[in-house]
Amino acid sequence: MAAETGTNDQSVEDSGFGRVSRTKDVAFRWLTLAAALVGILSLAVLLAYVAVDAIGWLDWQFLTNPPHPNPFEAGILPALVGSIALMLLIALVTFPLGVGAAIYLEEYASDGPLTTFIQINIANLAGVPSVVYGLLGLGLFVSLIGLGFGTLIVAAFTVALLILPIVIISAQEAIRAVPDSQRQASYGMGATKWQTIRNVVLPRAMPGILTGTILALGRAIGETAPLIMIGAPTTVFGVPNSLLSKVSAMPMQIYTWAQYPEAEFQYGVVAAGVVTLLVVLLSINSVAILIRNHYQHDQ
Amino acid sequence: MSAMDLSHDGNRTARGVFFKYLFTLCALVSILTTVAIVLTLLLDAVDFFAAVSPIDFLFGTRWSPTNEPVAFGVLPLITGTLTITFGAAAIALPIGLLTAIYLSEYASSRRRAYLKPALEVLAGVPTVVYGYFALVYVTPALDAIPFVELSTFNALSASIMVGIMIIPMVSSISEDAMSAVPDSLRQASYGLGATKFTVSTSVVVPAALSGIFSSFILALSRAIGETMIVAIAAGQTPKLIDLTDPAALFLESVQTMTAAMVQIGTNDVVGQSVAYKSLFAVGLTLFVITFVMNLVSEFIASRYREVYQ
Repeated sequence: MAAETGTNDQSVEDSGFGRVSRTKDVAFRWLTLAAALVGILSLAVLLAYVAVDAIGWLDWQFLTNPPHPNPFEAGILPALVGSIALMLLIALVTFPLGVGAAIYLEEYASDGPLTTFIQINIANLAGVPSVVYGLLGLGLFVSLIGLGFGTLIVAAFTVALLILPIVIISAQEAIRAVPDSQRQASYGMGATKWQTIRNVVLPRAMPGILTGTILALGRAIGETAPLIMIGAPTTVFGVPNSLLSKVSAMPMQIYTWAQYPEAEFQYGVVAAGVVTLLVVLLSINSVAILIRNHYQHDQ
Repeated sequence: MSAMDLSHDGNRTARGVFFKYLFTLCALVSILTTVAIVLTLLLDAVDFFAAVSPIDFLFGTRWSPTNEPVAFGVLPLITGTLTITFGAAAIALPIGLLTAIYLSEYASSRRRAYLKPALEVLAGVPTVVYGYFALVYVTPALDAIPFVELSTFNALSASIMVGIMIIPMVSSISEDAMSAVPDSLRQASYGLGATKFTVSTSVVVPAALSGIFSSFILALSRAIGETMIVAIAAGQTPKLIDLTDPAALFLESVQTMTAAMVQIGTNDVVGQSVAYKSLFAVGLTLFVITFVMNLVSEFIASRYREVYQ
């Protein structure tokens, strides 16, 4: 509350603080709260719309049918299976690489210019637009190595490189959280560096590493732009059965469907696809949160 | 690092050496990724610039990669990207900053525990979903407003959605910067009779300015690189900004750099054609712009970390 006496006005303003009325103060508080809620509420409204639109479209038939030009026949099965296959492959690639890189940076690397350079590089890779990773996949895996347009293996490698920085950063945080005293105790027992990492650091850091990796996989499952750039086909009728088979994924299928003009697609099939994608995403993230909570209680 | 290193020398056993090099290799993958990105973009972009002069590319005012007469002027795409980014910034920067002020200065710790993950959800929704929302819900809703004549594809709803998506980037980094401001500054202002409003706006925000700035740059870089929302909702009409008619700018379709890349990518362009190579030239332009912005943001952020930590 600013002083309400005339004589003090000058000095109060000199101190850099204009007089603020109580009303303004309270109004500002509400303004900041409104700002904090506006994005969340907008998303909630949109999610409610899409959930209502998906009613009647999202059924067993939708989940088990291949895509079809007739909206009443269309289903998401190849894209759903494609997304899950992609996710498993991406996990296989990123988990060992990401954890390995994090162990190197946290346990082996000395604080030199090279380590700083690698750290800055990883932070920057996390900020590279996903469509550019798509071009990397197109130029490297498709054109140079010749693994074929839009194949499962190319898609997996491309998106794996995209989420690798996020996996490394979260694994580093988990490893950093292991108290140094535990390492010293292990060395004191005569353990080697590798024994210490294997028996002390990794078991303690594993919940955090898993949580971070699973959340990163959640990001991977929603990526569309890289898949478009590596030439993933707009429509796939079969479930992928080899690493070199053409792959579709849920976001790719949603993108394709969203361009169909019919209202049955715009406000029906696509809505069902969006809800399916979000439910899968939610399940993935719930697993991560369950792991985190489970181990937080233990400690 | 610990004060005393009691660890055995990693190089003493064969196994120790093996794992050390294995982990080093993993870390080198990240550097190789960067090298691969730069090389991939450069190799094809160099081919492209052999066919189209860099001057024509950078200053050309018409973009038509596949339809005759072909033209590869990137300016329309850059202005389209700027339009979307400007619109997203107009939404995300004030809202994100106010959100950060609420979280850092007003919210109880319990409420913060609920709000922060809820905000992170905004960044976690797949962008293809946002693009769909913009196309089928936001555009019709805005079109229903009297005197607003929206095209089916328009910059307005796309930039609103991009804005909502980048709110958490602005709010979380800004909040970190505000939380790092020492409490003594706040207490001193209260001692001078300041209200919470004054403390927030005249003390905390200026003190955290570099962190806030860095969050702005990072969020804008994310908006520039955003692909699916603009490809779905903003349409595929490359055109130069017409500054004489700013209102129409947002009501009509524009094409960003990323949307142009998606368009060429979905057109099944034959390998090794100029249009295919142009993908990499646009990609390189996008990469350079976002990379520089991320570096600048990182540089500013590192300065504020030094001040308060």
